[in-house]
Amino acid sequence: MKKIVLLFLFCVSISFSQEYFPTNTGVKTIQNTTVAFTNATIYVTPTSKINKGTLLIKDGKVVNVGKNVTIPKEAKIVDVKGKYIYPSFIDVYSSFGIAPVKRSPGGDRGPQYDANRKGYYWNDHIRPETDPLTSFSFDAKKAKELIDAGFGVVNSHLEDGIMQGNGILVALNSDATNAYRVLEQKTTNHLSFSKSNASGQSYPTSRMGAMALIRQAYMDADWYGKGNSKNSDLSLEAINKNKDLPQIFNAGDAINALRADKVGDEFGIQYTILGGGDEFERIQDIKKTNATFIIPIDFRKAYDVSDKFLAEVISLHDMRKWNQEPSNPAMLAKNNVNFALTTHKLKSVKDFSKNLQKAIQYGLDKTKALEALTTTPASILNNTKIGNLSTGSYANFLITSGDIFDDKTTVHENWVQGSKNIINDMTIPSLEGTYMVSVNGNSYELTISGEGDKQKGEVKLGDKKLKSTFSFKDGWIQLAINDNGKFIRLVGTVVNDLNGVKGTGTDHYGNDITWNASKQVKKSDDKKSKKKSDDKTPEVVAVTYPNIGFGNTTKPVQQTILIKNTTVWTSENKQVLTGTDVLIKDGKISKIGKNLSARSAKVIDGTGKYLTAGIIDEHSHIATSAVNESGHNSTAEVTIEDVVDPDDINIYRNIAGGVTSIQILHGSANPIGGRSAIIKLKWGENAENMIYDNSPKFIKFALGENVKQSNWGDRQTIRFPQTRMGVEQVFIDYFQRAKEYDAKKKSGQPYRKDIELETLVEIINKERFITCHSYIQSEINMLMKVAEQFDFNVNTFTHILEGYKLADKMKKHGVGGSTFADWWAYKYEVNDAIPYNAAIMHNQGVTVAINSDDAEMSRRLNQEAAKTIKYGGLTEQEAWETVTINPAKLLHLDNRTGSIKEGKDADVVLWSDNPLSIYSKAEKTIIDGAIYFDIEKDIEKRKAIKAEKAKLVEMMLQEKIGGAPTQAPSKKQKKLFHCDTE
Amino acid sequence: MKKQFIYILLGFLFIGNLSAQQTPAPKQKEAFSIEGATAHLGNGTVIENSLIMFSNGKLDFVGSANSRIARKGTIINGKGKHVYPGFIAANTSLGLAEIDAVRATRDFDEVGGYLPHIRSIIAYNAESKVVETMRPNGVLMAQITPRGGTISGTSSIVQFDAWNWEDAAMVFDDAIHINWPSSFSRGRWWLGEDAGLKPNKTYPEAVDKIVNYIKDAKNYLAGDRTPKNLPFEAMEKLLNGKQKLFVHASGEKPITDVINIFKKLNINNLVLVHAEGADKVADLIKDNNVSVIVNRAHRLPNSEDEDYDLPYRTAKILTDKGIVVGLGMEGDMERMSTRNLPFYAGTYAAYGLGKEEALKLITSNTAKILGIDNQVGTLEVGKDATLFISEGDALDMRTNIISQAFIQGRKISLETHQTKLWKRYSNKYQN
Repeated sequence: MKKIVLLFLFCVSISFSQEYFPTNTGVKTIQNTTVAFTNATIYVTPTSKINKGTLLIKDGKVVNVGKNVTIPKEAKIVDVKGKYIYPSFIDVYSSFGIAPVKRSPGGDRGPQYDANRKGYYWNDHIRPETDPLTSFSFDAKKAKELIDAGFGVVNSHLEDGIMQGNGILVALNSDATNAYRVLEQKTTNHLSFSKSNASGQSYPTSRMGAMALIRQAYMDADWYGKGNSKNSDLSLEAINKNKDLPQIFNAGDAINALRADKVGDEFGIQYTILGGGDEFERIQDIKKTNATFIIPIDFRKAYDVSDKFLAEVISLHDMRKWNQEPSNPAMLAKNNVNFALTTHKLKSVKDFSKNLQKAIQYGLDKTKALEALTTTPASILNNTKIGNLSTGSYANFLITSGDIFDDKTTVHENWVQGSKNIINDMTIPSLEGTYMVSVNGNSYELTISGEGDKQKGEVKLGDKKLKSTFSFKDGWIQLAINDNGKFIRLVGTVVNDLNGVKGTGTDHYGNDITWNASKQVKKSDDKKSKKKSDDKTPEVVAVTYPNIGFGNTTKPVQQTILIKNTTVWTSENKQVLTGTDVLIKDGKISKIGKNLSARSAKVIDGTGKYLTAGIIDEHSHIATSAVNESGHNSTAEVTIEDVVDPDDINIYRNIAGGVTSIQILHGSANPIGGRSAIIKLKWGENAENMIYDNSPKFIKFALGENVKQSNWGDRQTIRFPQTRMGVEQVFIDYFQRAKEYDAKKKSGQPYRKDIELETLVEIINKERFITCHSYIQSEINMLMKVAEQFDFNVNTFTHILEGYKLADKMKKHGVGGSTFADWWAYKYEVNDAIPYNAAIMHNQGVTVAINSDDAEMSRRLNQEAAKTIKYGGLTEQEAWETVTINPAKLLHLDNRTGSIKEGKDADVVLWSDNPLSIYSKAEKTIIDGAIYFDIEKDIEKRKAIKAEKAKLVEMMLQEKIGGAPTQAPSKKQKKLFHCDTE
Repeated sequence: MKKQFIYILLGFLFIGNLSAQQTPAPKQKEAFSIEGATAHLGNGTVIENSLIMFSNGKLDFVGSANSRIARKGTIINGKGKHVYPGFIAANTSLGLAEIDAVRATRDFDEVGGYLPHIRSIIAYNAESKVVETMRPNGVLMAQITPRGGTISGTSSIVQFDAWNWEDAAMVFDDAIHINWPSSFSRGRWWLGEDAGLKPNKTYPEAVDKIVNYIKDAKNYLAGDRTPKNLPFEAMEKLLNGKQKLFVHASGEKPITDVINIFKKLNINNLVLVHAEGADKVADLIKDNNVSVIVNRAHRLPNSEDEDYDLPYRTAKILTDKGIVVGLGMEGDMERMSTRNLPFYAGTYAAYGLGKEEALKLITSNTAKILGIDNQVGTLEVGKDATLFISEGDALDMRTNIISQAFIQGRKISLETHQTKLWKRYSNKYQN
């Protein structure tokens, strides 16, 4: 197929008759038209400009370009004096001509665990073998829109699935056959995080599942490529075949761009990333990816804030985004991020030029803008024949009246493969200006505006506007004026070098008349001053970290801090120190003692206050974009570390409640869940910087009603296991297979690398620890026995509401318990949950933590810890340890954090009162020696939010009053997760 | 087989009487005098070293222990301890469901949109294990409220020491509850709509429907009432001013509409529930003598930009505006969380309200709002001897340790299914 296309390229003429095709409609003629455009300002590339140059094209290609080009005798010469010529634009991310896949209706069927297809990968969302050429159908209507917007070539693919298949490069040449206009058949290889509409297969249900699936597919392709598979697999073959193509990942926003880049880095692949227009919010992280980006410019409309009640629901983040988004391309350019622009996500391609102008108004350099539409997409596609007008390149170019990014400029023509498309006919003169029309002794003022055949006229008599119709076509003006109910109908032609009009007409009474019009001298002062104000870069409000309310204008930094004369609850051997000083330096607790001093330290008076270690929440689901991968009964291959969400406001709310570290756990949708992320709540940092360095490795397991899907409805009854009996067998099965896998791996035999089994091997080898969601004593006992059978220990039972019934067995096994203070009665298996659970387990020597599993409760875990005093009589220090050193122990972090001890991480909280008291407030929360929450700064932030919102509302009202389109207000919804959130 | 089962059952009964409920106490026969405790009367007054005496279910004396007055009946040494009036939980579905996830136990939400005739009291399970856990925390009374629909139904007020719902009831059918439409609606994400909050286009229609419903009821009641219309019949008490109307509404606009519309409809026994954003229309609320049942303090802010502690401060904000504020329970896990009622008040205390003012949220204010303040809500002579003794500050979980509690003078058991399991398993490890 490729050969045929190449053949065409050599042989075709503009009329596309092929030399070896028979002709039955006349004599055989083959036209080889050469066209020379002379006297133009030509941009061969964005950085190479020729003044008064000539562009010579033939057979859809540039034959020559330069100042002194010899024009062959047979060439048709088009003098474009004063005009500019640019390479046509390239949209590298398009689905032009490819019908989207409609979602297969789910109906009333239960969940689908297996793939629809045979002979392909086991997962239907991996479709790298998809070749859009087979379904490509040139869409002339859409092509015209793109041509009008300046595009000549698009790279198109089928936007469906996690691995989506290859792209094709298509010239927007409506006059040609597919064979001619499809420039390349396999240009790019496409990926995303979204599942295919073509299949209802459950897995993956989450972003982290998609990430794990991509990794596993890459590994399987590698293994397959080495000839290890017994069967053939068209998907894996396609992955290998497309490996050397440019890899384009639809990430959709900044945070997901970082996630995609991370996956790519693991396999030595540098993705080109389709962004979301929010890259400015994390520009440094974006820069560090070293990726080339494809950036949409679908800037949001201002919110309609004229209704005060409705205006109040719009978040500062959304308001800011309206204000900041147009500056995104400029920010990328200023930070030297390589990027192409795309029409992707635009509701109408017509908005492209307008939004591009806006981006330039907001500071995008014009050369960069042009590069982003020509040379950068060409280099993404590894194609030197597009995006420039060098000799040998495709004759895809624009003829404009001036600088292409000037809003006064008209785009006249867009040539694609040497085929002309007229956008605004440059042969039609512009009559723009004001004319005095003399007819029947009356003088009317006619003002004409616009370009080409879309010129408009307005008529005034004195100061009064008259109703009229006007057109200018084929050199004739047609004008009808309604003068007080009396019509005058006129036709005329342009005379006097565009400075006058002469013609005939008919008056109200049917009499023939003559008329003429003469052009008036322009008043140019007005325009100039108006232009000046337009040129001013609009105000863009500052980005904060994260870019939402309560974000930090600058990221908190480590300081030397001396807290004087305070009561210290150390969480070390129940020790309480009064009248004590604590020195924090270089992120560590440097010294504890009396009358300490330190030069240049920030001194905090702790008199009457309490200093404790920061609270650690062993069981949290905040700060994550996903909780459950419920598509399989075992998902050890997924990790929450992939989906940590550093922009979650609940991080700030947690530090305001004295929490410094959390374990973000996978949910409880399956017996073997995903791996944890253990993070410090460093508000403003990115996900990577929040995750502990050398983090202890954890994985979530789960038992009981959730894993047997008891409360998921009557359709969810087909997945194994549906009983507690089955749950045991899932564990034994997986651990047995992991053991066998490990043995094979160690034997040196070739093996198929399996992320899931690798993770389970880590558990057996005591390198990864289990936190298991659990309620009923029978199943708790069961898991301990399974673990013992495979010679390892369960690390932690979380929830563990019946832990009190077998605390002795737990102690013997060596497992800890992380429980709720008093939750119960929400499902059948918590019938025997009692608030005395923590106390009983503690009294039996089990390491006990109090956790949240809830974004609300986590911000007052000090109160929950205090409940262990009420229920079961723990001492204050014992109670306090359940939220500090005990969870640190359970997370294997007790050598780093969880208590106030010299040398440990400076993760501390200064409380206004007894930390367990309901009357106590966290006043300062310090993590690694930097102050992340300060109750006084919080008050300032509240004021700042109010002021900034008021300012942005005014700016939006200004837009509305100015007549710009607006959108209805809507409120951002943050999803809150619990264990059983799908 | 059957025999075997009976033997097993008998075995259980002998071992620990595990499945037994708190047994209601007999009527108060002897008097009690609590001496030396710090008494928090519930109306803002604190008496250090107090003397509290009660007999026949009523308080006889509330004053200083220095009073030279004869102590009656059993004397309880309250030195170092605290006495409080029994806490009252407003707007809770306690006793209407046992286990959230088990549909068979859920009895709080009936089918239909306009159900003034639906009565919560008859489904109230006086022997619920969840209800049982209230007393050890000082929560001794509640307004049992149905959920769902536009008019959810009728609530009743109960005390927690009873054999059955009939004995539990303090006030039958105290109020009708209306869920006022929201001026915002959420996108139907399952149809591919943006899940964000959007202006609710059907708001005016929905409001109109409620207004018309009430007008129709009025017209019906003014006529010959045939054929009988049960829902409209159930509105009679409300329209005669003998029942309260609790309107669950939030937002400046809905709250304003509620007050103006019901004023026009001549319904004056109005109570606002939730009422988030009420501070902005506080004057209107106050001028119309409307009270507010605020949400629990332990909830998340409504939006990203809201102060982290705004949910902790709402009671203070409204109290400062001169509105009578009580504390309600509606929300996530509301039944089992009702026992944490004192701690929500504690958090409101910490965030500006102060302890005694916060105490009113769950005692005198709620009693006023529910219309039972002549009977309960404060420690005052003549009122029910519904009170408890705590080792310390009952609004703080560290010190909310209840040693004795009385409902209408009856000394009640503080044992629960949970304390029994606690003892059973603590004993297991001692042997």
